[in-house]
Amino acid sequence: MKNSTSSEVVTKAWYFLFFAWILAASGTLISLFFSEVVKLPVCVLCWYQRIAMYPLVLILPLALFPFDPKVVRYVGALVIFGWLAALFHVLLIAGFIPQSAQPCVAGIPCSETHLNIFGFLNMAMMSLLTFTALGCLLLSSHSFSSRNHHE
Amino acid sequence: MNKKMLFIGVIIVFIFAFLTALAVFKDENTTSQAISAEKSHALERNDAPIKGYKKAKVTIVEFFDPACGTCSQFYPLVNDLVKKYSGKVRVMMRYAPLHEGSDEVVKMLEAAHLQGQFWPAVELLFGNQNRWVEHHVSNPQHALAGLKTLTLDHAKLEADYQSAKVAEIIEQDIKGGQTLQIRATPEFFVNGKPLVDFGWEQLEKLVDEAVKEAYK
Repeated sequence: MKNSTSSEVVTKAWYFLFFAWILAASGTLISLFFSEVVKLPVCVLCWYQRIAMYPLVLILPLALFPFDPKVVRYVGALVIFGWLAALFHVLLIAGFIPQSAQPCVAGIPCSETHLNIFGFLNMAMMSLLTFTALGCLLLSSHSFSSRNHHE
Repeated sequence: MNKKMLFIGVIIVFIFAFLTALAVFKDENTTSQAISAEKSHALERNDAPIKGYKKAKVTIVEFFDPACGTCSQFYPLVNDLVKKYSGKVRVMMRYAPLHEGSDEVVKMLEAAHLQGQFWPAVELLFGNQNRWVEHHVSNPQHALAGLKTLTLDHAKLEADYQSAKVAEIIEQDIKGGQTLQIRATPEFFVNGKPLVDFGWEQLEKLVDEAVKEAYK
């Protein structure tokens, strides 16, 4: 990395954040499409994941213009929260967590799935993958910008 | 600046993609399709409470919860529809006790139905919801106290509503509701077609179309 100039490193860090924003915005639009247009029911656990995902769409652009590497701290907290909720949701659907531990309102059980792509990819799994990817992008952005910082 | 253009470009792509998805989806769903054959058996139940001419060709099936505020607001409107298309439209009521405590209350309604008093009972419960529904939770004892004001065989009502026979009927309606994926009340089906876009005018239109179709 010593060959690259600091502005190149910043640009790389910027693009990682930018892709994180694209991912968060896509996830938000897709989830809104399924709940508001297709009218799939939204269970409580999905709401917790939404709480972690939707703010990213607004916060990340603020850190892109101008570029602010510190955003990883603030946004990271949301991503970790969303990731844990998604993990809990996936385990619930897979049956690793008993139904009684389920924080759901009557009528919309979280263990019920409405969408299944390729036999394993339901909403919760998609959410878990998205939050995992967001975490990786944030970490990459952080490592690039902190490398720049140390030089 | 390049990055800003890129950002704005992506936003435009997002908006365009979302609107396209919206248009495609709306296009496929403008006409409400009748429910599939394997689900249609879940729609009607023999002996369910019916209002209107028994042999009417148009049947509105309403899944309802006596504790549901919207159901009580729709009640006079549905009555008007049955009157407006007198002899052509009938309404069948099916229980969907989604509120906490409502499972007991619908048993009371079914017990009243066994005495032929479903309609006065449901009208009473809709009318005084504020006395027996608190914060969306049904209080069966308060509901029963309200039903006591009706002229009924009250000993029989109390015995019936706790009977296995009534429990079985309610269970059948709940199972039917699950098959039809009833998640909110009221949920209407007109000759097997679900009311997709919820609203009073939409229901009126759906009934109107069904009447025109059935009595050409």
